[in-house]
Amino acid sequence: MIARFVSLLFDGFAYGMLLFVLSVGLSVTLGMMNFVNLAHGAFAMVGGYVAIALMNRMGWPFLATLPVAFLAAALFSVVLERVLYRRLYRATDLDQSLLTIGIVFMSIAIAAYVFGTNQQPVQLPDYLRGRIVLGDFSFGVYRLFLIVSALIITGLMVIGLEYTRFGAQVRACVDNQRMARGLGLNVDYVFMMTFALGSGLAGLGGALAIEPMGLDPNFALKYLVYMLIVVAVGGLASIRGAFFTAGLLGVIDIFSKYYVPWIGGFILYLVMVGLLIWRPNGVFARR
Amino acid sequence: MTEIALSTSGLNKKFGSLVVAGDISLELPRGARYALIGPNGAGKTTLINLMTGMLAPDSGKITLGTEDITAVPPDVRVKRGLVRTFQINTLFPNLTPLEAVTLAVCERRGEAGVWWKSLPSCKAAADEAYGILSSLRLGEHCERPTKQLAYGQQRLLEIALALASKPKVLLLDEPAAGVPKEESGELFAAVAGISSDISVLFIEHDMEVVFRFASRIIVMVSGRILVEGTPDEIAANERVREVYLGSGHV
Amino acid sequence: MNAQTPGAAFNPQEVLRAQVRWRALEIIFWVATLAPFVLTPNYLILCSQIAIAALFALSLDLLVGYSGIVSLGHAVYFGVGAYSAGLLAKHGWGEPISGLLFASVVTALVGYLISFIMVRITHFALIMVTVGLCLLFGEIANSLHDVTGGDDGLQGVKMWSIFGIYRFDMFGRTAYVYTLVATFLSFLVLRRIINSPFGLSLRGMRENQRRMPAIGVPMKSRLQVVYVISACFAGLAGALSAQTTQFVALDALSFQRSAEVLVMLILGGAGRLYGGLIGAAMFMVARDQLADMNPQYWYFWLGLLLVIVIIFLPNGILGGLAALIDRVRSRRS
Repeated sequence: MIARFVSLLFDGFAYGMLLFVLSVGLSVTLGMMNFVNLAHGAFAMVGGYVAIALMNRMGWPFLATLPVAFLAAALFSVVLERVLYRRLYRATDLDQSLLTIGIVFMSIAIAAYVFGTNQQPVQLPDYLRGRIVLGDFSFGVYRLFLIVSALIITGLMVIGLEYTRFGAQVRACVDNQRMARGLGLNVDYVFMMTFALGSGLAGLGGALAIEPMGLDPNFALKYLVYMLIVVAVGGLASIRGAFFTAGLLGVIDIFSKYYVPWIGGFILYLVMVGLLIWRPNGVFARR
Repeated sequence: MTEIALSTSGLNKKFGSLVVAGDISLELPRGARYALIGPNGAGKTTLINLMTGMLAPDSGKITLGTEDITAVPPDVRVKRGLVRTFQINTLFPNLTPLEAVTLAVCERRGEAGVWWKSLPSCKAAADEAYGILSSLRLGEHCERPTKQLAYGQQRLLEIALALASKPKVLLLDEPAAGVPKEESGELFAAVAGISSDISVLFIEHDMEVVFRFASRIIVMVSGRILVEGTPDEIAANERVREVYLGSGHV
Repeated sequence: MNAQTPGAAFNPQEVLRAQVRWRALEIIFWVATLAPFVLTPNYLILCSQIAIAALFALSLDLLVGYSGIVSLGHAVYFGVGAYSAGLLAKHGWGEPISGLLFASVVTALVGYLISFIMVRITHFALIMVTVGLCLLFGEIANSLHDVTGGDDGLQGVKMWSIFGIYRFDMFGRTAYVYTLVATFLSFLVLRRIINSPFGLSLRGMRENQRRMPAIGVPMKSRLQVVYVISACFAGLAGALSAQTTQFVALDALSFQRSAEVLVMLILGGAGRLYGGLIGAAMFMVARDQLADMNPQYWYFWLGLLLVIVIIFLPNGILGGLAALIDRVRSRRS
């Protein structure tokens, strides 16, 4: 009973950490440039498929595919930013949503064309499989790997944001873009780099997600909702908010699917809508 | 004793630790022409926002006529006769002036929620709207989208929209803001032409205009009323000269 | 510029009337909707789907185009309308017209309840909540498998004949007449609403939300009314779909459906009354053709279409045409 509970809590938290890696980039884009980027899930999917292609077609080891997934998603997003997004920075929320939904639809079709509509099989290396048993409790090794990776990423982000010159520029742009521009900061460059980093993290998350979440062309849409919940509830441009929301979301999702499977799906949306009505700017928002 | 159209007592508002309105008490008699002056950031626009309900005060009371309106929502205050204009054009870019003013007139007449009647059937509203526009010399421009009007005409439309609500009290937030000095005369001629039944409180930086049109002047500094008096009293007041006029405005 | 003869007294009422008058093109448009009976009798089923999509897009236009409110979850109302009409018919009352009325009343009620949420929020949160509600309703319909049929769709919808005379035939003749009449009547009502003082206040909200309270407009209650009207007509479209296909698929409530109707509207041109109609026609025909070629990749073309319209035709096809005509005219004069 308690062992079950602890194990679910652990799985939920691991799942939440994965959601955090997937979503945190979106939080920054929205908070910094006020751009509604619904294609963030597509960036994650790019990472996932790149990892799959490298592993299954070229025989790369799983860990080696991760940095490539990161880079591929970052590159993909920067190209889109340069070619398309840039034109719509001053457009309405609606236009931004529609453009990015268009990109999502295209990416779904392309993924289906190249990889088919089935879920991709993935073979994790032996050292990431199996469970660690501690008395009554047992923990999946891959889940542990997810948590550790997410914590490392969070640590790097916080340090990068607080202590580096680039981090200071990012904070300046988030706080007051016009002021930052006035001070001679190259806001466009800062944004492009932040956007690339955030999308890269999504790509990394996409690769990490293949095993626990499964990867098929609908990934871009299916998990977009989770990402949006993290951002909407966590508040814009708030790493702390995204971290806590993602953790909580993962736990709620796993628990509700286990204990109340018949309402598991919609309790999530209900919570999201409820929280948004209660606090339209996010529960953890500073403002 | 003169009838009081609008009064505030002990109005307070803070943003964090910044006092934007500190213990503001004032009375605006019926038919008055009062000017509200003060350096930038003195809290003049904030005071208008508080009076019209676009901001909620932390404490204090606002009375329109004899009625306490502190808790009344902004649109209801307008219906009861407390109307404002905006310092920065707050218009309907793709509506024509005729449509915009007709909308305001319809709203006042309680017809704007009607969805089963065709707009042209509201003849009285359309005629009244055109009358208001003509009186402000916007008649011949009333068919062009607002965004195509010259800036000065847009400032006039700000006033036309307010008049369409048949105000008892009109709060004008820098009606001539951004208008070149040679054209601002025309705007204030429009202000001067406003019915003497309406009480007017206007914010303005140009002292010449203030002294010409205001019967009394309220001076605000740092969210508080520094002094209130007739133009002569204000001109002679040492403290006003120090904080405000000292920099050579007169 | 001035529509009046010079010298005559200016009549503001006439100026307003000129804007709401029926134009020749409009009449031609509606006459043309009868052409499929003669020209493409084998495509009448597609034609009724177009009419339904057009009505759905029109209901969304009231929100997005005229009032300037974003909704990425309009399929909620379409789905509620479809399920109410479908369930009514399945459980023994197959009379179509009363079924339509029933479904639109139910949907209007749902719209009224949801409107209390919608008027409290704006911007990003509003987009999220509309998406969230759409997914929420989809999940509810999915988990109520016994009532809705869940993933398998609602089956066993049996419609009676219209007026007890006209049966729904397999060529879709009756269905097209039925949907066309319903859509046209709805169009007349919506056209009147848009040209009413209320419609003007909707455009006012689109143009400047800050000014509206300052001219005395109670924004929230006005918004609630438009939500109810929009929901009601979206529900009507859903009901038409359920009755003519005698089936309700779970995707009537899906996010994809919400996105599709927005695409139709944006493609044709939002806030232009005919934008949704023309967008719906083009969209449905394109889907019919492209999905026939390769159903799996329809989403690619849909996505490409969206990107192209947003980048190159921000006001849709009708907006683009209007700008073109303006340019030609100004060059001439």
